[in-house]
Amino acid sequence: MPSEPLRQLLLDPTVVTVALGALLLGATAGALGTFAVLRRQSLLGDTMSHAALPGVVLGYLLAQGRSLPAMLAGALVTGLAAALLAQLLARRRGVKHEAALGTWLGTGFALGVVLLSLVQRQPGAGSAGLEQFLFGQAAATLRSDLLLIGAIALLSLGLVALLFHRFELVTFDPRFARAGGVAVRVYETLLTLLLAVAIVVGLQLVGVVLMSALVVAPAVAARQLAGSLGAMLWLSAAVGAFSALVGALASAAVPGLSTGPTVVLVATACAALALAFGRRRGVRLEGA
Amino acid sequence: MSRPAPASAPPAAETVGVSLRYGRALALDGVSLRVPRGAMGAVVGPNGAGKSTLLKVLLGLDDGHEGDAYLLGRPALQARHLVGYVPQRSTVDWDFPATALDVVTMGLYRQLGPFRRAGRAARERARAALAEVGMEAFEDRQIGQLSGGQQQRVFLARALVQEAELYLLDEPFAGVDAASEAALVEVLRRLNAQGATVVAVHHDLTTLASYFDWIALLNVRLFAQGPLAATLTPEALQAAYGGRLPLLATLAPEEVRRAV
Repeated sequence: MPSEPLRQLLLDPTVVTVALGALLLGATAGALGTFAVLRRQSLLGDTMSHAALPGVVLGYLLAQGRSLPAMLAGALVTGLAAALLAQLLARRRGVKHEAALGTWLGTGFALGVVLLSLVQRQPGAGSAGLEQFLFGQAAATLRSDLLLIGAIALLSLGLVALLFHRFELVTFDPRFARAGGVAVRVYETLLTLLLAVAIVVGLQLVGVVLMSALVVAPAVAARQLAGSLGAMLWLSAAVGAFSALVGALASAAVPGLSTGPTVVLVATACAALALAFGRRRGVRLEGA
Repeated sequence: MSRPAPASAPPAAETVGVSLRYGRALALDGVSLRVPRGAMGAVVGPNGAGKSTLLKVLLGLDDGHEGDAYLLGRPALQARHLVGYVPQRSTVDWDFPATALDVVTMGLYRQLGPFRRAGRAARERARAALAEVGMEAFEDRQIGQLSGGQQQRVFLARALVQEAELYLLDEPFAGVDAASEAALVEVLRRLNAQGATVVAVHHDLTTLASYFDWIALLNVRLFAQGPLAATLTPEALQAAYGGRLPLLATLAPEEVRRAV
């Protein structure tokens, strides 16, 4: 039997909105994180999330107020720009890809923080809660946001379901795929775009600083248990949804508690448990 | 041994004046390879000779080269999907959540098209290919838990499901135990007896004459190519290896004798 305060919390429409948003975001980030981890793109994810911050602020400026679609679009643009610039730096100037990513991670984030402090000096901006994009605030989720978040989740997960075998082939052995005449570049680009989407969609909940952990940790947990890519996707989505839900509810219940750190601690606890006890269980979900 | 192909048949694999650079270094220099149909062929040469690079050119996996490549009589890019390709085992991460059967089934994904899932029929074909390489008992084993030789056999099975006329293999025996090597050779011989052309990048000169009947000696340039008995001469080896083969004098004549 849930206690009276908990029951009230669960029936509160704001809390229901927050919980639904968190579930969707967590599941999306978790599922797409599977490919990020298997393709060794964790650092790329971290770079894109940090470099998303200037985009959030620019989106806010362009829309002249808190508009989630504008801010997420901005985040997507600057996040992807950082990924692209890192790739250029690596290809054209021979900088190690890792170092190039690290450079743009820092540069993007620094630019974002500078923009953020400039904008916040203007009257009225503080109430928009821009600084919540640093560490995430689940309570900022509006009912109207749910539609956008739901649409992004459906679209990206639908794409993964549709092209599942192609993504599996390209992730496991891109060389073999290319030799077979598969347009590997197209699928790799799609996967990188999906990673960017997974990150951007969760920014409001978890924040730019910690978002990549919500992408990576569930996949790390799932890898310990899964015996097939399909099973890993589902398990990772489940861990992501669970972590996001628990974190969001905890931060809704405890005033002043940031959502991002709570979510990430739950997700990494799941990963730690899986690493300790789940060594290669080989779980498969046939027909899934 | 290969049956003689009709004189008019185009080569199974052919390059015409292929050159390729990595930065300033020349990896391939004017290589014109002609592997006849039905050959059990090996591309041989020292480390860094460009053997794997030549395979990459044939499969369109390089970032640009001079010259032309043909497979089965067609421009390589138009025919590469008809080739059974076995990449080097080390090019993938074996810590991927998949069983041996999953990996073999991936050999059918291209034929299935981008949207269709592999069904029961595809799984049955994959199972048959696993049995052909003697791995039927391991179909449910996670690929990370297989030995190097078993992984290589899974890779060969993944190429077998394509039922190709031409198989290109990149160092198929590297880091493979003796039992697996014997199993792999047996499968390749069977394929060849059924009419398929086999081309393997190979660097073990001690097994060359017993496994293959056609060779190409490569060291950036193509030094010789043709039926093994006529091509594997001490002079040709010496030229291709350029003195980097101290055992050459004692090894090669005996190998040649065994082949003839």
